Amino acid sequence: MIIEHIDAQLPGTITDRHDFRGDQTVVITRENLLAVVDLLHREGFQFLVDITAVDWPEREQRFDVVYHWLNLASQERLRVKVPVADGESVASLAGLFKTANWFEREVFDLFGIRFEGHPDLRRLLTWGDFQGHALRKDFPLDGGDVFCMEGCTAPYNNGERS
Amino acid sequence: MAELDINDAVLTTRLDAVVNWGRKNSLWPMPFGVACCAIEFMSMMSSKYDLSRFGAEAMRFSPRQSDMMLILGTITNKMAPVLRTIYAQMAEPKWVISVGVCASSGGMYRTYATLQGVDRIIPVDVYVPGCPPRPESIIYGVMKLQEQIEKESLSMRKDHIARFYESLERQDALQAAKGLTSQQTIREMLMDAGERGVGTIF
Repeated sequence: MIIEHIDAQLPGTITDRHDFRGDQTVVITRENLLAVVDLLHREGFQFLVDITAVDWPEREQRFDVVYHWLNLASQERLRVKVPVADGESVASLAGLFKTANWFEREVFDLFGIRFEGHPDLRRLLTWGDFQGHALRKDFPLDGGDVFCMEGCTAPYNNGERS
Repeated sequence: MAELDINDAVLTTRLDAVVNWGRKNSLWPMPFGVACCAIEFMSMMSSKYDLSRFGAEAMRFSPRQSDMMLILGTITNKMAPVLRTIYAQMAEPKWVISVGVCASSGGMYRTYATLQGVDRIIPVDVYVPGCPPRPESIIYGVMKLQEQIEKESLSMRKDHIARFYESLERQDALQAAKGLTSQQTIREMLMDAGERGVGTIF
C-alpha cells in the first residue's frame, strides 16, 4: 500500500520492490532518499528502527544501505534499500532523526560509506585510527593478525590478505 | 647452651620459602570480569564453593589493593590498553590467572575485534580452560598458582614484572612518537612482535 503510494507520488524512484506477507521492501535511487524519507514521514512512518548496510563485492554498486521504518499508528513496516558504489556518499538523516546519528557512524565505521551532512562522522565501534573497514567482505576476518595462520583470510579475496 | 634454651621457639628456613608461604596463603583477588566467566567467579567466591578456604577471600575491586588478577572473559582489542593499565596499577608482587578460553586464546572469537590471548600483552601465570570453566576448575587454577608461588624465587618474580614495566614504557614512547591511539599502539607492537617471531609484546 505504502509502496504504491510512493510510486504514485514520486514516479521513477523505486527501482525494485518486494512485498510478501508484510515484508515490504523497496529499492530506491540514492538521489531520491530525502524525498522518500519526507514522504514516509508524512505518511506516518516516523520511527526509524535501524540503519545498516550490506556488502555485495561482485556488484558494481557495491553496498546496500538498508533503512527500516515502522509506522506506529498502523504497525506497518517498510524496508528501504539504497544501492551505493564504493566512494559514493548518501544523504545523512541525522538532522531529521536523532537516532540516525550513531547508526550512520556505525555504518561509516564498519563499511566506509560516507554520509553527506552528518554532524560528527567519526568511527563508533573500532578505535579512531583503525585500519580498514571491518565488515567489508574483503577485510580479513582476523584483521590481518600476523599470529593467525591460514583459514582466517577474506573469502572474497581469493584467500589473499588485502 | 643458649640454643638449648630456645630450642623449639626457633625455626630455620629459607627466606624464599617463608615469604612465599605467606604470599600463597593471602592472595587478594581482583576480578577483571568482562563476560560469563565472571558469573562462575561469583559462584566460586560465595558460600557453596567458597574460595576463602584457600586464603583468597579478600576480594577487591581496586587494582591498588589486590595482587591476583583473574581475567574472566573475552578481551577485545579495544579493551587491551585498559587491561595493561590495570595490571600495571596492581600491588607487587602480582599474579595473573587467565580464566576461560576467550582470555587464554581468543576462544571461538577468531576475529579482528578480539585479542587472541591475553598472554600477548600481560604475563599470565595460570590458564584455566573451559567455556566457561566450572567454579571447581577456577579453584583448581588458584591451587596451581599457589603451588607455583611456593616454588618461585623472589628475584625472578621481580624481574618478571620489571620486564612488563619496560614494555609499558616502550608503549608510551611509541604512542607519543607516532601520535596513535593506545589500541593502535598495542596493535602495532603485536604486529612487530609477530614479524620477529615473538609471541608477546613484553
